[in-house]
Amino acid sequence: MNLLLALLVGLLFGAGTWLLLCQRMLRQVVGLALLSHGANLFVLLSGGLGARHAPLVGNPSPQSDPLPQALILTAIVIGFGVMAFLLALGYRMHALEEDQG
Amino acid sequence: MSLAFAPVAIPLVAGLLCAVVPGRRLRWGFSVAGMGASVAASAGLVAWVHRHGVAVVHFGGWPAPYGIVFAADLLGALMAAIGSWVALCTLLAFLADPHPRLDPFFHAGWHLMLAGMNGAFLTGDLFNLYVFFEVLLVASYFLLTLGSTRREAREAFGYVAVNLVASTLFLVAVALLYAAVGSVNLADLSRRLGEAPRELVRPAVFLLAVAFGVKAAVFPLYLWLPQAYALPRGPVAAYFGGMLTKVGVYALYRLFTTVQPTRGPEPWLVAVAVLTMVFGVLGALAQEDVRRILSLHIVSQVGYMVFGLALGTSEAWAGGLFYVLHHIGVKTALLLVSAAVESAYGSGTLRALAGLGHAHPWLGVCFAVPALSLAGIPPFSGFWAKVFLVRAGLEVGEAGPVAASLLVSLLTLLSMAKIFTGAFWGTAPERAEIPRLHYAAAAGVALLTVTWGLGGSVLFDLTAAAARSLADPGSYADAVLGGR
Repeated sequence: MNLLLALLVGLLFGAGTWLLLCQRMLRQVVGLALLSHGANLFVLLSGGLGARHAPLVGNPSPQSDPLPQALILTAIVIGFGVMAFLLALGYRMHALEEDQG
Repeated sequence: MSLAFAPVAIPLVAGLLCAVVPGRRLRWGFSVAGMGASVAASAGLVAWVHRHGVAVVHFGGWPAPYGIVFAADLLGALMAAIGSWVALCTLLAFLADPHPRLDPFFHAGWHLMLAGMNGAFLTGDLFNLYVFFEVLLVASYFLLTLGSTRREAREAFGYVAVNLVASTLFLVAVALLYAAVGSVNLADLSRRLGEAPRELVRPAVFLLAVAFGVKAAVFPLYLWLPQAYALPRGPVAAYFGGMLTKVGVYALYRLFTTVQPTRGPEPWLVAVAVLTMVFGVLGALAQEDVRRILSLHIVSQVGYMVFGLALGTSEAWAGGLFYVLHHIGVKTALLLVSAAVESAYGSGTLRALAGLGHAHPWLGVCFAVPALSLAGIPPFSGFWAKVFLVRAGLEVGEAGPVAASLLVSLLTLLSMAKIFTGAFWGTAPERAEIPRLHYAAAAGVALLTVTWGLGGSVLFDLTAAAARSLADPGSYADAVLGGR
């Protein structure tokens, strides 16, 4: 499971970097999105994986680590906001292009 | 000590208020009052921290390594105070700008940027630092693209992309550190990083250095900067030029003092610093546009600040921090003058601007003082900043880099003289009106360099105290976590 996810992170980073180096803006945006998803998965991995119990008082150990999930949640929200901004910026570039004929 | 959170809370609340109140005058009122309150709160924080030591807030009452903390040491408090003061002065320049069509959400963006910046300076948690960096950056994206044309939007896209990649690396580094140490609290990290597996810590520190290096615009990661700072309206560029890269410099200082302390000169960091100085100043010499010249000098000056950090002694850090604070004031003042000229004359190229000194003698003074200070001419603060750095460099036997830094300051003087002779001397052009408030804004920032030049010892005592507390990360950790 760890290896699989590690490969997935590598794939996301590789694909993201490749897309980022393309000329077209939309591809670059998708590339940035893949990069940030790769980073999010990486954060998830940092807490360790495996079948564990929910981190509640009274549950038997081993319990899972809740912090990486909290971190990812924040990172996803930030990534979402920035992505929305980037797409709006792209739309504006497009709209300005049409204005200027 | 909840004062530690005030420099973040005040601009957040003021920004939200500015977003909802109707009417231009009312927004301006709230905005200026909010900025003033931020300045007062952060100045109060500096005084408090100087007297009592690190101010810590445990949010929600959770004990330190588990909950979120704000920990204001002297370094963070000083940065927050100067950032707020410069933000207030720059806001006045917007008030003076004769092109009145400000976006209604401009004030909200401005305050949000200050909140993110102060949060980055005062937080005691690495992940929180990431979050506040993003708050700051999102606000900066917004301010950068205000009223942009298509070409500007494309340039801004590059800026956003570069910063987004840097943030991604930052996040990966945070995850690596969490996997290695099991904590993202800065104080906890500084205590336990030594025991953590090195194969995780080393790449994490490297990635953090790269991420912060992009924001600080060090060699070879500075190429985004001249493009990005040539874009926005003058006062926005002035504030970005003064403050944004310094957030990266601050983060580098935090990384290599509190989290992963260096002792003695760090060869690769010295090399990066010298290359940054040299490439920045050479790039500036090749430019013909005032704002681009000044932007590339930011890069060169960041080299000096990193040089102070790289020397790895408490004296050098004190000199480096003095340099940071001095440079924020000087660079913002220079860019505010260039903004005033650009908005009055509609151009910033040297050829178009000859003879400004006849038409606006006081503007010449507002430019000459920080320009001389930037090159390190006494009695202004730049002289002291360089004296402290040179002395610290010679103490640890780094004569070569010190000589390079002196050569670079000579080239800086040449470049400032080029602007001055190009733009301020010569036959007078047709005079355009420059509003008084523009002078007030530039003078309010330039005043810093004069006072710190004549009374340099006051500020140096502060930065020396800040550097001493950086050299003793144990006391920072004790203040945050409680002695163990």
